[in-house]
Amino acid sequence: MMTGLGATMVRAGRRLLSSLPALFGVLVFTFLLMRVLPGDPAVFFASGPNAGKEEIEQIRKQMGLDKSVPEQLVFYLSDIGRGNLGRSMMTGQPVLKDLRERLPASLELTFTALLIALIAAVPLGVMAALRPGSVVDHGVRLFCALGVCVPTFVSGLLLIYVFYYLLGLAPDPTGRIDVFTSLPPQHTGFLSIDFLLAGDIEGWWTACRQLILPAVSMALFVIAPLARITRASMLVSLGSDFVRTARSVGLSWHKVVVTYALRNAILPVITIAGIVFSTMLGANVLVEKVFSWPGVASYALDALLSSDYAPVQGFVLLMASLFVLVNLVVDICYGIADPRVSIG
Amino acid sequence: MSEELLKIDDLHVAFSTRRGMVEAVRGVTLSVEKGEMLGLVGESGSGKSVTGFATTRLLDTAGRVTGGKILFRGQDVTKLRGDDLRHLQGAAMSMIFQNPRAALNPIRAIGLQIADAILTHKKISKEAARAEALDLLRAVQIRDPEARMNAYPHELSGGMCQRVMIAIAISCNPALLIADEPTTGLDVTTQKVAMDLLADIAAARGMATILITHDLGLAARYCRRIAVMERGRIVEEARPKALFSAPRHAYTRRLVAASPTATSRIEDLVAEEDRERHTAVNGKPRPEPAHGTPPLLEVRKLAKRFDQGSAAVADFSMTMAGGEAVGLVGESGSGKSTTSRMICRLIDPSEGDIVFDGHSIGHVASRDFHRSPLRKDIQMVFQDPNESLNPRFTAYDCIAHPLLRLDGMRAGEALRQRVEECAERVGLPRDLLPRFPHQLSGGQKARVGIARAIACRPRLLVLDEPTAALDVSVQAVVLQLLDRLRRENDIALLFVSHDLNVVRMLCDRTIVLRNGGIVEQGESRALFDNPKTDYTRKLVEAIPHIETGEMLASAL
Repeated sequence: MMTGLGATMVRAGRRLLSSLPALFGVLVFTFLLMRVLPGDPAVFFASGPNAGKEEIEQIRKQMGLDKSVPEQLVFYLSDIGRGNLGRSMMTGQPVLKDLRERLPASLELTFTALLIALIAAVPLGVMAALRPGSVVDHGVRLFCALGVCVPTFVSGLLLIYVFYYLLGLAPDPTGRIDVFTSLPPQHTGFLSIDFLLAGDIEGWWTACRQLILPAVSMALFVIAPLARITRASMLVSLGSDFVRTARSVGLSWHKVVVTYALRNAILPVITIAGIVFSTMLGANVLVEKVFSWPGVASYALDALLSSDYAPVQGFVLLMASLFVLVNLVVDICYGIADPRVSIG
Repeated sequence: MSEELLKIDDLHVAFSTRRGMVEAVRGVTLSVEKGEMLGLVGESGSGKSVTGFATTRLLDTAGRVTGGKILFRGQDVTKLRGDDLRHLQGAAMSMIFQNPRAALNPIRAIGLQIADAILTHKKISKEAARAEALDLLRAVQIRDPEARMNAYPHELSGGMCQRVMIAIAISCNPALLIADEPTTGLDVTTQKVAMDLLADIAAARGMATILITHDLGLAARYCRRIAVMERGRIVEEARPKALFSAPRHAYTRRLVAASPTATSRIEDLVAEEDRERHTAVNGKPRPEPAHGTPPLLEVRKLAKRFDQGSAAVADFSMTMAGGEAVGLVGESGSGKSTTSRMICRLIDPSEGDIVFDGHSIGHVASRDFHRSPLRKDIQMVFQDPNESLNPRFTAYDCIAHPLLRLDGMRAGEALRQRVEECAERVGLPRDLLPRFPHQLSGGQKARVGIARAIACRPRLLVLDEPTAALDVSVQAVVLQLLDRLRRENDIALLFVSHDLNVVRMLCDRTIVLRNGGIVEQGESRALFDNPKTDYTRKLVEAIPHIETGEMLASAL
């Protein structure tokens, strides 16, 4: 058992090291991409549309934009090396601080959405696989197709329309918390957890109510891939020799389906869940916009629209690092769930 | 009067497929007495496994019993449902499967899997179940059972996995055990140990056993009664001796003839009425190579080491003359496939040299060898005819491909003629050429594989277990084909196999490998009749022989 865990850790370490070149590539690529995109930040951040040439030139100098691109790259990389992601022109704050404030909001939303998606998708996939071709199977297929077809901002708006406007069950979709509730002392940055730590049940409930609609509209979009992969791998599992063995000795239905079939079928679902998580984290900008969620994705979009280099580069770097991290976690989970992995 | 445990009466099983209902079993009547071991023998598609699955109620959802009765202790199994069914499965009858490694849950410790079976039928604590599982591991003679309790199937060898499977099957002392090809895929020596164990356990616990197998020799060794199935029906049922000395049904005759024995010759494999012109060619003895002719293939001190660990093959040397057939035998892991692949130049040797027809080819990197002019002289036939054909190539494309790549031929009339000629030489009907692999039978696919290999008129053909996936009757035909090709076209054969009887028939010389080294080599017949090393003797003794020697004598 120890050796298995040790081997997994060694593998994880190796994975982390081998991802460094990729991260570096991402850095350089984003940097160059930002320079190629049309739009001059100096013009954008000059005092007004009538700003004189000298003023713009002065801002350029101040921002270091008068230097050649390779020179700028070297400065940028040495800054990154010292842990300095630059300053946002928009907010006037260091990018690192901005991201640190907003990341927990995005993470909380994404985690919740993924949790909802998994809780819904795995049973749906299992039900579909147990009776392929049945009404249940077709129902799940239709549901999944709808989830994929409807863009998240449409489903988000629909949810708002029904639960906020028509039924009045949900709070107004304006961020993580309503204006009247005071914020809990910050520990994790996840409001739902911080409220619990502070013992403020009422505050926790408020935060959860704010969270549920955006999380559901994100989850709807990813239930489909998760349910489909669960169904497919469950079908393989149910048709496998070892499930037949389990049936041949008369194990109970529950034991056959859950312990034998599902535990084997869940392995590919872990991998897909990791990919889905990474995608959601970056792609939830629409949901963040619709629900005024103060997350990193909407922050990066605003920065991009105003040619604010530093936040966009910081955001891409953050996403790339998270992607590496998530894959690592998936790898470790996989190593724990499947004893064969540590051997290969 | 002996007690009847199981009685199958006019059983019909049908499968619903895209093309409608297909009857897999049509009117099987069988009975098994208490404590008896019955052999159910037949080739693939004969319905023997389906009969077994119908009895244990493990048919696929597509399969359905459409008629007849399966009476187990007087109770009709086909009508059981719910809890009654679960009490039957495992507790009253259980099953052992082919491919033991796949039959065990890959991510559950084997001790837990055995305990699962015990806990299903006995109301005892988890600790007690664990203790019983440990006893069972001891009963199936697994070394160091305490440590093995926490092992996963991938950490055990195939033979070990089959023992665990046996332990699961006998965990609740069923009265009937159905073993479906329990030893297929295991090494010969492991086969014997596993079957002996199974027979001992069944005898000790008074369990009746149905041994489902395609191997007549195996059934003859362990069963007192054998039922032969063909196309969903039982065509003959007899004691082994009677079955072999005086088979009554034509199909049984064919099957008995096709099963290689210690004394059979290639021409014996096909029953008299089916014999082709084989004998005519056969009479002609192979001309002795002139003295001083350099060997076709010379292998010197070949070695292969994979990334870490010990050498897979070490210090392997051999020579082969043109037109000679050499057998390479050994258990799995003995390095025979690795060696054959190095000679084919599909993988690179770590040390040593390969000289083919005077040219050193051992140092040509395997990924560049396809450009060598010698590529078309050395060709390979692979083990699994299903996996080794491109599913998107028709039989014609498969055979034409090497001609296009290696012989520089262009699509056209000449190519078509060459392909048809190759097909004819391997006995593949011309109208099958436009078909895709999935539209061909196993034997036909094997022929396509051989036709592809001989298309460029190679001088050395390396065959890696070419008949392992085939039924005996198909194997017989393929072996005759290979023998004929060798005699007619003077192709040298390097034949890799675990089936000693086949090697004995086909090959002039045999090399026995173990752990990557040569144990023994020599003239095939001499080597098998008088093995010099214990290892070879063990291999020879492990083959289930059909003891027909004295019976044949008396019959003649």
